[in-house]
Amino acid sequence: MSNNEQEHIQEHIKVYLNVFGALAILTVVTVAVSYLEVSTVEGVMLALAIASVKASLVAGYFMHLISEKQTIIWILALTFVFFLVLMFVPLIAVTDNTGLY
Amino acid sequence: MSSIPYTVEERPDTGLTNAKLGIWIFLASEVMLFGGLFSAYVFLRMAAPAGDFEYWGNKLSVPMATVNTLVLISSSVTVIMSWASLKLKDFEKYKLYMGLTLLCSFIFLVIKYFEYTGKFHHGIFPSSSTFMGIYFTITGLHGLHIIGGIIVMGYMWLPVGSKMWKTNPEMFTNRVEVAGLYWHFVDLVWIFLFPILYLL
Repeated sequence: MSNNEQEHIQEHIKVYLNVFGALAILTVVTVAVSYLEVSTVEGVMLALAIASVKASLVAGYFMHLISEKQTIIWILALTFVFFLVLMFVPLIAVTDNTGLY
Repeated sequence: MSSIPYTVEERPDTGLTNAKLGIWIFLASEVMLFGGLFSAYVFLRMAAPAGDFEYWGNKLSVPMATVNTLVLISSSVTVIMSWASLKLKDFEKYKLYMGLTLLCSFIFLVIKYFEYTGKFHHGIFPSSSTFMGIYFTITGLHGLHIIGGIIVMGYMWLPVGSKMWKTNPEMFTNRVEVAGLYWHFVDLVWIFLFPILYLL
């Protein structure tokens, strides 16, 4: 392996360790904000926002998505659309006039 | 012997090895599997009496889950370090980091075991409430994914699987990368499970 590639991997390793530090800190932050006196909606938004940042760090750096091929990006974009559809399925319950919600 | 093509070199049309494309399509299906359960959680929570999910959710152990979150994040780092070690042609380091990954995954399962049995001792079962039903379903499925990861990574750590390093190092490195992608996904699911089940 060329020296260039070795240096490249070494740089990657530094990034991995930084991301690890960020993830550890954000985990503590997640627990800390759950003790804040906020409404349920605010609490959910805050928790999901932090989780999304953590997930982006894992997907972007550990799973190399920031430098991944277009084929994978498109597969995931399509998956995300279907995932959103799944998430909105429960809303149908609000509109079905059973009077339960 | 016929073998799967494009395990080492990239396929010209996709620009990827077949294993990498395969694992990403699999992970896309996993997003939908867990997505369906997250959707079910939202649906059940919307229909639950006010305060019901909070009441049952408060019975879970936040310290145990926090430690487990840190354990899983650590294992994500060690698994990628094991791949990076192979890229640096350092097989001994690979063994070390993959061993640490396996250790972390066992620690996760042990903590989960104590969590589960703690609930059972207090007479709390999946049938106890809607919250506990969805809690045991999602964390149980996630636990099965941990076990699946242990089997695959254990195979690659033991000589039976890791001997490929001597015969086809590039393919072995790609195998470790693909297993790592799966493992990061398992970590990623937990990142969302933790606040949703334990903290909200």
